[in-house]
Amino acid sequence: MTPQAQFFVTAPVAAGREGELRRLLDGMNAAPGHARTDNPLVPFFAFDTIHFARFVIVDDQTLDDTTAYGGPRVSHPPALAFAGEVDGDLDTFFAQAAAHAAPGLRALFGCCQDGPGGGDLAAWLRAHHVPAAASYVNWVGRTVRRVREDAALFEAVQGHLARDRASFEGQPAPAVHLRLRQRVWEDVAAGRLVLTPDAPTPLDWRLRRLAHAVGVPLLLLLASPLLLPLAVAGALQLRRAEQTDPEICPRTPPEHVARLAAVEDFDVTNSFTAMGSLKPGLTRRWATVALLGAIDFAARHVFTTGRLARVRSIHFARWVFLDDRTRVIFLSNYDGSLESYMDDFINKVGFGLNLSFCHGIGYPRTTWLIGGGSSDERKFKEYLRRHQIPTQVWYRAYPGLTAVDLERHARVRRGLEAAQLGGDEARAWVELL
Amino acid sequence: MTPPAIDYRDLQGVVRFGYKHLHAARYVLARVREREAARAWLREAPVTAAEYSLPPPDDALQVALTAPGLDALGVAAAVRDAFSPEFLSGMTDANRSRRLGDVGANDPASWQWGGASRAPHVLLMVFAHRGALDAVAARHTGSAFSQAFTITHTLETSDLDGVEPFGFADGISQPWIDWAQGTAPASRALDYSNLSALGEYVLGYPNEYAKCTDRPLVPADAASALLPDALDAPGQKDVGRNGSYLVFRQLGQDVRRFWQFVHGAAGGDLAAAERLAAVFVGRTRAGDPLVPLSARPVPGTPDEQAAQNHFTFDGDPRGVACPFGSHIRRSNPRNTDYPERPAGLTKLLAAFGASSKGFRDDLISAVRFHRILRRGREYGPPLDPADALAPASATEPERGLHFIALNANIGRQFEFLQNAWLANTTFADLRGETDPLIGTREPTPGCPASGAFTRPRHGAPADRVNGLPQFVTVKGGEYFFLPGLRALRYLAGGTS
Repeated sequence: MTPQAQFFVTAPVAAGREGELRRLLDGMNAAPGHARTDNPLVPFFAFDTIHFARFVIVDDQTLDDTTAYGGPRVSHPPALAFAGEVDGDLDTFFAQAAAHAAPGLRALFGCCQDGPGGGDLAAWLRAHHVPAAASYVNWVGRTVRRVREDAALFEAVQGHLARDRASFEGQPAPAVHLRLRQRVWEDVAAGRLVLTPDAPTPLDWRLRRLAHAVGVPLLLLLASPLLLPLAVAGALQLRRAEQTDPEICPRTPPEHVARLAAVEDFDVTNSFTAMGSLKPGLTRRWATVALLGAIDFAARHVFTTGRLARVRSIHFARWVFLDDRTRVIFLSNYDGSLESYMDDFINKVGFGLNLSFCHGIGYPRTTWLIGGGSSDERKFKEYLRRHQIPTQVWYRAYPGLTAVDLERHARVRRGLEAAQLGGDEARAWVELL
Repeated sequence: MTPPAIDYRDLQGVVRFGYKHLHAARYVLARVREREAARAWLREAPVTAAEYSLPPPDDALQVALTAPGLDALGVAAAVRDAFSPEFLSGMTDANRSRRLGDVGANDPASWQWGGASRAPHVLLMVFAHRGALDAVAARHTGSAFSQAFTITHTLETSDLDGVEPFGFADGISQPWIDWAQGTAPASRALDYSNLSALGEYVLGYPNEYAKCTDRPLVPADAASALLPDALDAPGQKDVGRNGSYLVFRQLGQDVRRFWQFVHGAAGGDLAAAERLAAVFVGRTRAGDPLVPLSARPVPGTPDEQAAQNHFTFDGDPRGVACPFGSHIRRSNPRNTDYPERPAGLTKLLAAFGASSKGFRDDLISAVRFHRILRRGREYGPPLDPADALAPASATEPERGLHFIALNANIGRQFEFLQNAWLANTTFADLRGETDPLIGTREPTPGCPASGAFTRPRHGAPADRVNGLPQFVTVKGGEYFFLPGLRALRYLAGGTS
């Protein structure tokens, strides 16, 4: 199994270069916000390991919100971020990026302060990568290659069924399975289909994962005499704060909504990028670190097969700290339109939204960090839209396929790889077709 | 917050009644011609309120306004801008059209009415007994009206006796508004209920989230003294209270194309065609659901509808009896916040997704947040399925539905239903298909055509009907605000 990794390479845009950068980014697109896969700057088609990728000009429109919390007015120059989700480890990806897209990446990041210039691009990318505080992968180990093979396999099976409808009609499910399996192996033998076996899981990844799964709870347990009182004191302090922290959820200006919506809903999947400043105070900062750490832990060890708690429409998601953990940027790729994505979230995992986002300045009022918050639906939706920023260039490796499609295809393949299915298994399997 | 009791005298009657006993109806779309005259007319308009009366009224007038209408009436920007964003931007914003499926043949550019530059300002809904409509309409749209407004479109309706133009009984399932606000929304989280919070349909009252939705609140002063107090903002007056957002879409129905397609797909047999059409709809032409009635009654279903409405899809998790793609299952999946009534620790685990292992588990959002009150009427003459098999005549009349929906949050209710459920090519676990009745068949990424219909079967690959043409074309539409009676006078500059 090949694990997935997420990269977030960022650098501040050099003074006076933003216009040029935006022109370069727009030039990569087939339609506003949507990458041409063969664009000359970053020819995404040449990578067979990128699931999703995006270029975002990281420019928070809500920076002044800090003043509502008594903080100073802060300013951050806009930054360029190149973010994406890939198969395999990041060093390999950065090397590939340097091999396939060097002129483009040098030109794009050349608009940034301390760009890569003519130096070692892979090393520069690695140095400017910011690891996520928490990240979620819909299905750990499902590679782009696998997604494409599974989709082709599913279409081939549908083709066999359609062409030879009558001969499958009335057959018991195990017989249908056997016959389709035979046809598929014929396709494979003739080279019409490719079904590559999974690569072995890298040993170091397994060890690190195991160490994380065991080590983190163990450390927490050992440190609990110290951590528990701190956690209780912190929770009480945050409880007091959350009752008076100002909410900042005004109506999002229609122009901002229009700018965002203009690149949404062209595919069954959409991208989402949002950012904001954390509420002030060390307690808040460490609470955020702890809660995002908990989400990351759950995503690495529990929610690894198609479901983030009850939500099945997220391909990838992550939270990244910026600027010494004073700001957070959230990126995701999700199925459906934003309204349904937000509704699904509020109704299914409102507690998770609150725990992960309530540290942001202006979040709708929560109760003990878990209740309230997103259940004030209108405020929550305004809050998210207000903090959302446009994604300038977005690439997806498998347009038209939802996470549920991918799961169906994978189940069909798993069934075909079994030499024989029992009655119930076979019935459930043919019902996927 | 203790919700105030509903004041039926301030509510337009169509929210409560639908006026089914008034068989004739006409919708008049007009633009403001002379502002002061228009304001004066609206202040004096004899709008029918929702008070119960016996005998019921012999005719009724209802009035709704668009956002451009508010501008034309000179409503202050601060008031106007506090209405919901969907209402303000209107139905035909390009990004919205993409979500609603208003593309291709449904593109607003080819609509008969509605759309940015041609938006009506005001909608009059006139209801009367058979034969009396012209007289009633003339009473309302006489010289005072024509000085104030220019009528742009008059939309006639026809009474098909509870059947929509394709020939199916319609309007059977409606949410039952909890007028008394007597049950907590949370009680509906585990069992499918037809009961729905007042605030889902009428502004200024708590909704299923126990919150009020977007509407303007104004400071209490002499001008706003006639308005009710805002429930969730002390000292403020509520322009929205007892109002609703009204979604109007004129849906042209190609009845001949529908029956001719179904007849062909069913092998040229009319009885089989009716059975296939019933699967597209999810009910027989008489309105009987394709799944058996459930043992547990569905709260909020009036007795006279029990025989056709006491059901959920819980007993049909794979969509074998009623496919996921069937119109009634897409538009009301009859599910709950949690798929399997968990309680206690199981509920906690379910919240983390522990109970969701099956492929089709938990794919559809909870229905109680996505309901609408339908108040539309048909237009055009009836056409029997058997007669529909004949080619169209040279003077074929238009047929269809003047679809009217009331809701308090257009984005979460009407638009969600339309986008995430009806127009969605990937609803539930489907792919490459939209609603068989009202969907467009436009290509989507990764899917060159969306004209399939999937019929799951037990222990066998699903059956598919392919090549469905588009049967319904959007001909016009707009978002309106249906104000409370006092709010209407306020918006028209009245102070009492």
